[in-house]
Amino acid sequence: MRFPVPSRLPTAILTIVLAACAGGNTGVPPAAGPSTGAVRQENTRESLAALEALYRARADSATMDVHEADVRFMTGMIGHHAQALVMSNMAPENGASDEIRVLTARILNAQTDEIAVMQGWLRDRGRPVPEVESSGTVVRGHDMHAHDAHAPDMRMSGMLSPEQLEALRAATGPDFDRLFLTYMIQHHRGAVTMVHELFATDGAAQDDLVFKLASDIQVDQTTEVARMERMLETMR
Amino acid sequence: MKPIPSSFPRPAIAVTLAGGLAVLSACGGGTAPAPAPVNFAQQLAPLTIDAPNPDPRVGLSAGLFDAGQALWNMRLVSTTPPQQEFVGKTNSDLAFTGSYAIQGNYDGVQVWDISNTDAPRSVITYVCPASQSDVSVYGNLMFVSGEGMTGRLDCGSEGIREAVSQERLRGIRIFDITDIRNPRYLANVQTCRGSHTHTVVEDPNDDENVYIYVSGSAPVRPAEELPGCSSLLPTEDPNSALFRIEVIRVPLAAPQEAAIVSSPRIFEGLTAPESHGLAPEDLRLVEEARARGAFVVDLGGQPQVLPNRFVSQMLDSMVVARGGSGAPTAADSSALRAYLPAWAEAVMGGADGREEMGPTQCHDITVYPAIGLAGGACEGYGLLLDIRDVANPRRLAAVADVNFSYWHSATFSNDGSSVVFTDEWGGGGGPKCRATDPMEWGANAIFSIVDGELDFKSYYKMPAAQTSAENCVAHNGSLIPIPGRDIMVQAWYQGGVSIYDFTDPANPVEIAFHDRGPIDANRMGMGGSWSVYWYNGLIVSSEIARGLDIFELVPSEALSQNEIDAAKSVVMTELNSQGQPIFEWPTTFALARAYVDQLERNRGLPASRVAAVRAALTGAEAASGSARRTGLEALGRELDADAARSADGDRVRALAEAVRGLAAG
Repeated sequence: MRFPVPSRLPTAILTIVLAACAGGNTGVPPAAGPSTGAVRQENTRESLAALEALYRARADSATMDVHEADVRFMTGMIGHHAQALVMSNMAPENGASDEIRVLTARILNAQTDEIAVMQGWLRDRGRPVPEVESSGTVVRGHDMHAHDAHAPDMRMSGMLSPEQLEALRAATGPDFDRLFLTYMIQHHRGAVTMVHELFATDGAAQDDLVFKLASDIQVDQTTEVARMERMLETMR
Repeated sequence: MKPIPSSFPRPAIAVTLAGGLAVLSACGGGTAPAPAPVNFAQQLAPLTIDAPNPDPRVGLSAGLFDAGQALWNMRLVSTTPPQQEFVGKTNSDLAFTGSYAIQGNYDGVQVWDISNTDAPRSVITYVCPASQSDVSVYGNLMFVSGEGMTGRLDCGSEGIREAVSQERLRGIRIFDITDIRNPRYLANVQTCRGSHTHTVVEDPNDDENVYIYVSGSAPVRPAEELPGCSSLLPTEDPNSALFRIEVIRVPLAAPQEAAIVSSPRIFEGLTAPESHGLAPEDLRLVEEARARGAFVVDLGGQPQVLPNRFVSQMLDSMVVARGGSGAPTAADSSALRAYLPAWAEAVMGGADGREEMGPTQCHDITVYPAIGLAGGACEGYGLLLDIRDVANPRRLAAVADVNFSYWHSATFSNDGSSVVFTDEWGGGGGPKCRATDPMEWGANAIFSIVDGELDFKSYYKMPAAQTSAENCVAHNGSLIPIPGRDIMVQAWYQGGVSIYDFTDPANPVEIAFHDRGPIDANRMGMGGSWSVYWYNGLIVSSEIARGLDIFELVPSEALSQNEIDAAKSVVMTELNSQGQPIFEWPTTFALARAYVDQLERNRGLPASRVAAVRAALTGAEAASGSARRTGLEALGRELDADAARSADGDRVRALAEAVRGLAAG
């Protein structure tokens, strides 16, 4: 805050009208139009209980109308995110730089939370829920076997091959930093591809939560790819 | 408020003081007690306040409409649950016109008449699904953002099953709200990425049109759905929908002819480093390290202390390079110091030679037409834009921040000297305020604006730890028009509402809050304050699940009743917070007293002068005609003298100005 008042501007662009002299009323101007027909809201205990019942009923019915493409996406993305946890968990032991550790701490935090959201979404819809250990290892629920044929595997876009994972596990110091960035860029791009595939599927992402989560993954990981590319450039 | 060192030469003070005394005795009138020698503080007192301890926001009970609540220095006037149609549907942003609050909802738009603040009335619940329904008003026009896949041109609720459909609306819906009880759906402007948010921009030089900046963050639509949409890189397709924003021009005489007029690529050549300048505290640590003899190197314009292990490695290699062995000597140390600048240049030079395209879009843009600036929150960057040519915004500066995941929105101080950027880490659905989440993540970053550049000052994050069942991260807010101070009210989703003072951008201080417990103690249920804005004396919050909250400020040691009254004297007829209005205060006794209260709080005036000025104001208010005028004119002259001695001379002069205004009034 500096004191010199900003220069005066054409009043046309100001949406502020200054009261001639006001002293402490609530300041809300009188209604701009007639308010006839307006509905008076009564907050009684009964009316709130009825609204809460409606809230619960709608939350339940939202879980009935489920599209298989959304289920595949949420199930697959849990496994995809889990591999990001595995990769990020290597950073402390493999002598990653402070910069990479900040990045991995953020990936661990963000993707652990998103895994919980996706698990909750599947659980609410009575679908098999892949469980993920804190290390990032995916433990399939016991009724997952029937789904194995369609379940996520290493063919998911951007997933590291076992050889790539081993190479990362073996790298230390600056080599780890470079390899981590290279592989995480590949991994994030894969997640973005999965979002694009979801959106290109008839009937997908009609669910508000799926749309929001997928859009957020797309934008967060695109942003993070750009950040990692800049980090990688400065290491060369 | 920044302490301004005062260093007046003694004779000057004597002369000024003598002048002041002469004036006092000349006008007399008994409005001020006989002047006694007074000492002015050389240093202003920083803003401090005793926050409640333990923080009552921690451990609140859960519930949809009956959750536990904590309030500090604000009063909850009313909570109005959603209308039946929108129960269980996400409430989003707010706009205001006259005595109406317009609340977006993923399923449409809710208009409230808030003239009775105890019991807002529903005017219309307009069902027209399309997330996020970010809403703005301009005169008799209302604009609504559509981004989700379910938005239909016919406002139907059945969604759209096809991935490619001519029925889908992703972009801006335009309504005529001349009769606000019956919004008339006039037209659409379809955009390639839909509209996550939008910003209405007035062009001071064009009263025939209004402009809309559209920010979209969902994937690009297929060209089969909207011709011309391309998600290729601009190098592959110059018409790519990425790396740009859309500018819509709306002819006021024919709003149905609204269309995109430009798609500025405001990100081109963006190569800001992945960090902001160091905070004053960090700089102090660097200087301390330098004093201790640590190796400090300039990397990309920023001092960095080299870690000991790194230094010893470099020293060892210098020993090897000179063909020696054993421990490094003092000569090796000085050789290393001499070599460091060249080394740093080699390291930083590695980033050159690659053309950066920067972010693909913005999340939100706040325009401040009164100063010709906009703040763009665009993926990994915060941008400062010149919008004097409204249809062709131009980038002035950009910052990136290692602690910022995703730049979300911007709010300028009223005088444009600082700007608050928010980081909506995790997109708003995540619980980013747990005790384990760093205070720099999902927070605000506050910058000073110096010569068109952004200068980092501090982070601010709502400080109370929330549970893992509460989505919480920095979100939308607005300034509260307290004269002479920068105070913002801000939504933190289920972290509640936090009001803080950032007058000193390096030291933000929380001064009021409201919070509820989680919607559900055992699982994440989306809720909390999506946005909260000051509008004509009220603090109005859009609660995602619980409806509409209206609050009032309660005076405290950090905010006086006079300051609140002065804020209430600023009256708006319309508000879209992303189009930031400039506040100007009518000349009132409340305004003068607000400045006096501030000068008492920060010790810009000694206690005896504060008492004398208050007595003079009381006397003048009780008087009328020439007695009032003479008294106020005399007070103005006294204050001129005070200003020269005060460490907060600018504020004393603002007070003198207000007093003279009252005299003339």
